[in-house]
Amino acid sequence: MVDAPTSLPRGRDPLGLRHALADRLLPALVGAMAMLAALALTAAEGAGVLASRWRGELTGIVTVQMPDTDPARAAAALASLAALPGVANARPIAPERLAALLTPWLGPNMAGLPEQLLPSLIELRLTTSSSVPEALAAQLAAAVPGAAVEWQGLWLGRLVALSDNLRRIALSVLLLVAGVAVAVVVVAVQAGIAARRESIAILHGIGATDGAIAGRFASRIAWLAGTGALAGTLLALPLLVGLVGLAAPLTGAVQGAPWARLPWLGLVLLPPGAALLGWSAAQATLRLWLQRLP
Amino acid sequence: MLAAMIRLAEVGLRYAAPALTGQPGPVPDALRDLSCILPAGSFHWLLGPSGAGKSSLLALLHLALRPSRGELEIFGHRIRETPRAALPALRRRIGMVPQDSRLLPYLTVFDNVALPLRLAGVAEAQIRADVTEMLDWVGLATKTMTLPAALSGGEQQRAALARAVVARPALLLADEPTGNLDLPQARRVLALLREMHRLGTTIVVATHAATLIEEYPAPALYLQEGALIAHG
Repeated sequence: MVDAPTSLPRGRDPLGLRHALADRLLPALVGAMAMLAALALTAAEGAGVLASRWRGELTGIVTVQMPDTDPARAAAALASLAALPGVANARPIAPERLAALLTPWLGPNMAGLPEQLLPSLIELRLTTSSSVPEALAAQLAAAVPGAAVEWQGLWLGRLVALSDNLRRIALSVLLLVAGVAVAVVVVAVQAGIAARRESIAILHGIGATDGAIAGRFASRIAWLAGTGALAGTLLALPLLVGLVGLAAPLTGAVQGAPWARLPWLGLVLLPPGAALLGWSAAQATLRLWLQRLP
Repeated sequence: MLAAMIRLAEVGLRYAAPALTGQPGPVPDALRDLSCILPAGSFHWLLGPSGAGKSSLLALLHLALRPSRGELEIFGHRIRETPRAALPALRRRIGMVPQDSRLLPYLTVFDNVALPLRLAGVAEAQIRADVTEMLDWVGLATKTMTLPAALSGGEQQRAALARAVVARPALLLADEPTGNLDLPQARRVLALLREMHRLGTTIVVATHAATLIEEYPAPALYLQEGALIAHG
């Protein structure tokens, strides 16, 4: 009478990969990579939001504060400024608008202020909003000695450039993390091959195709990488929520819960992305190695 | 006239890597100008002294190596012209019993024997029936859940034989299958091989066991220094 088995727990793992590719180190490493990737992803998203917001506020308007309030000299200065190259038009800021600008600091009742105390302001609209050319700044100083130039666009432009560069760096870090993850998988697969070289040869000898052998490795690696990335992403979430909360005043997103502003699509795609990356790297490594066999 | 299962025409084999021998200079031929035809359903002993090339010839027939020159034809396929991707399907029609059994140590006897069927995508219910029958046939019915390390040498060899024949191969190769066995165990393995032959399988067995050859006279291929010096 045959002692037929009731279950075959390891029969579907003919390469013994549950032992050769253990479920601790690789998921832990991929989990750490996933945490870094989630951070980079959120940083890229945040930097993009900042750049977009600041770019929207970037205008080609320069405010010039005249050194005195004499109407005749102000008119002459206005004509000089309007004639400068790079200036689309120049116009004085009306007293009503000036009052509106000062109200937050001086209060609504400004009727009693002497006119000499109010600054004389001219608004210049430049032909470009990207930067104030050095030549224009020099010409402004020469045309109206003592004039004070205020252009927030200069700082906004620098902030936009900074945000854009931060976004590029974050995306580069994301690519770097993906590259390191691939390298980790390749090393793990090579270790698995070394541990199961004889088993692979036996399976190859009884007619296993390259696809069947590589598929078993790739499935195991995909499972380990996917679960590791899922754990890493989940562990990163509290940190990401905290960072998004800290950045809220800068991004202008002070309303609503911070977790709602996370890059959810990217975060949700991280575990399957890691699994796919691991599967592909394992397939490529195995198939390349199997070419050595006849 | 039986159809040819295997045809060799001036087949030669030279191992490519000098690192294998560690010797400077040209590598000697492992096999030289082998020409013969093995009909379907035949049984052949493969004889010769150690180092004569018996294992190399079996490796060629198992498609574990390709001939360096000449023409090897198995199942009507010229092996040198057959694309690599087509070889696994041919290997699945060949059973191999190695000298050292080569069972996977982390799988039970049942799972080791089931390997060829699982690779072929056979349904699990059918696998259970076939493997159970095969283990009964080789006398390992009570060892299904045993790991190879807990088997005796003879039991390991019978498990290897069961794995080699469970998918009903058209060609069965055996490399010193009784080399590590005492005579009763060797006779039992030979009986199994004879039974496979009776069922129509083409069989090539490399051996030094003169007693077994006397007990089962069959055509023989004699190899010496890589050359086929007699066939009959």
